[in-house]
Amino acid sequence: MFTMIRRLTLLTLSLAALALLAGCPAKVTPVTPTPPQGVASGEPIKIGAILSVTGAAGAPLGTPEKNTALMVQDLINQAGGIQNRPVQVIVEDDQSDNTQAATAAKKLIESDKVCAVIGPSLSGTTLAVVDTFEKAEIPLISLAASVKITQPVKKWIFSTAQPDTIAVTRLYSYMKTQGLRKLGVIYDSNAFGKSGLEALQSQASSAGMEIVASESFESKDTDMTTQLTKLKGAQPEAIVCWGTNPGPAIVAKNVKTLQIKVPVFMSHGVSNQKFIELSGPAADGIIFPSGRILVASLLPETDQQKLVLLEYTKFYEEKYRQLPDHFGGHAWDAMRMLQQVMNVSGDEPAAIREGLETKIKDFVGISGIFSLSPTDHNGLTQDAFVMVTVKQGQWALAE
Amino acid sequence: MEWSALVQYVLTGITQGAIYALLAVGFNLVYSATGIINFAQGEFVMLGGMLAVTCYSFLHLPLWLSAILPIGVVMLVGAGIHQLAIRPLRHAHLVTLIMATVGLSVALRGLAKVLWGADSYPLPAFSNVDPVALAGASVDPQSLWVMGVAAVTGTALTLFFRYSLTGRAMTACAARPLAACLAGIRVERMNMWAFALAGGVGAIAGAVLAPIALPSFDVGTSLALKGFCAAILGGIGNNAGALLGGLLVGLLESLGAGYISSGYKDAIAFLVLLIVLVLRPQGLLNVTMRRDES
Repeated sequence: MFTMIRRLTLLTLSLAALALLAGCPAKVTPVTPTPPQGVASGEPIKIGAILSVTGAAGAPLGTPEKNTALMVQDLINQAGGIQNRPVQVIVEDDQSDNTQAATAAKKLIESDKVCAVIGPSLSGTTLAVVDTFEKAEIPLISLAASVKITQPVKKWIFSTAQPDTIAVTRLYSYMKTQGLRKLGVIYDSNAFGKSGLEALQSQASSAGMEIVASESFESKDTDMTTQLTKLKGAQPEAIVCWGTNPGPAIVAKNVKTLQIKVPVFMSHGVSNQKFIELSGPAADGIIFPSGRILVASLLPETDQQKLVLLEYTKFYEEKYRQLPDHFGGHAWDAMRMLQQVMNVSGDEPAAIREGLETKIKDFVGISGIFSLSPTDHNGLTQDAFVMVTVKQGQWALAE
Repeated sequence: MEWSALVQYVLTGITQGAIYALLAVGFNLVYSATGIINFAQGEFVMLGGMLAVTCYSFLHLPLWLSAILPIGVVMLVGAGIHQLAIRPLRHAHLVTLIMATVGLSVALRGLAKVLWGADSYPLPAFSNVDPVALAGASVDPQSLWVMGVAAVTGTALTLFFRYSLTGRAMTACAARPLAACLAGIRVERMNMWAFALAGGVGAIAGAVLAPIALPSFDVGTSLALKGFCAAILGGIGNNAGALLGGLLVGLLESLGAGYISSGYKDAIAFLVLLIVLVLRPQGLLNVTMRRDES
């Protein structure tokens, strides 16, 4: 009997682990591209898109990205296409899975013969296809944020997402203006949180910051009071929480319960309406670096990006009846960059790559103002972020 | 600071422990009646939480009704699972049945993802009052709800098994299915009740936990693992053990995170589980529980 229980325990633990790994099956959704409208004629220019339209990790990113890519395709075609040729975006769903992303890359390169590809949506899926594109010599504009994608620079790989590192730079320079120097860090133990911690640690000394304590939590944890009590004990001047929903919302609530009075900063991982919804009143006063799309209407008229942000918002809302987000913005930037380059250089992959490196200067996009160069394939600076806070359940600019 | 930190760790540990205890009681219910470890128990909790959120935020029912209604629904789900998936396999090996519950768990999670997407959802706290201060530490009022509900549920189930006819019949099925059957107890029906009750207990845990945990389709998996851990630690099938096991796992986690490292808090809890299993394979409170293994 007892050995039975022991065996059952081992068996069931391993089964549970299996069940965790198995995840949810995702369905295959081949996307028929909208037929080009407008005056463009001739052989279509084929642009590939590898996006996580399904799959738990990527669906919230891949869905707005797909919507945006197809929307920009239509906008380009209505305006006469590129060099009088219609654009055709071929969307492949990688189901948030590295192997599927690799398969999609091969299909787009070998059978669809696309001239450039946007995506994948996630850092993991992007890194899984980087070599394929380097070998095939097809330009890839990733929509994912890991610094590993563009550093060190790879000849054919670009990215339109703001990397964590510049979010940290922006956060630190804001904290400095507030005279805050000693910080306690609490981070999600997933890839996003860990890479945030690395960036916070590596930039601390040069920014004159000191991390007095750092604590982690699991993505599915339901209570972070222990970690926060520990941080409180280290007497930081500010607390920084790096994670994606729902963890930071629980941290925000626990901070209120523990009556921690120091200011709480978070990452761009909470730059979405869901965070306010989950945290309720506990969100008030939390400050974080965010891309501008979240606060587009609040920006001063002098903001260079305001025009394009409002344009994107208008088109997206009209077409999909919901507000656009950062992820869709990455797709907008990638598509518009390709359009600008191909209008001049045509659809030869080598010419597109060359054009991206040399012609994208002060490009006003959704995620920031891009200046690409042979040594910088992302081209964003800390100005891509604004500091945002929550006041009575509404977004507000922190400065 | 030092003392108040300790008090805070202990309070957090007890709150988490109460949740694990509720999970463990759910495992016990099904195990005592059928010998099965029901790995869909975490999904019962998830369903309880998600249904409570749905009733409150989408159907705009009052909060108390939103917390109670899912109990009935998830009991039906539990009974349905037994009738559709477990009962047809009643002649299969125990391991097959456990595999079936793992399958059910994945299926329920998939279904929930289709219904609710991958997002988390909020539910307001049951009592809208300020945190309670205690010896330099503070407790969220919802944590008190969790502890109270766990205590009441545990007591009610113990009384049910000890004094009600149905409860005693279920105990009889667990001890000697054949003898129970000869005594006129409908074993299959009792097993169905066990699944239904496990569903109900899961839903209670899910609803009371929702304001704290912000449920999503996959919130049940890690809870189930911890709850299972608590059940084994206390001695599976033993409800007092479930409570003890739950509190131990919760406290170990919290104190481990507080005094050793938050990165290893799960590892610490599971390490203790392994040590206890080696030293006391029957669990902390079980002495002589045996059942037919035919």
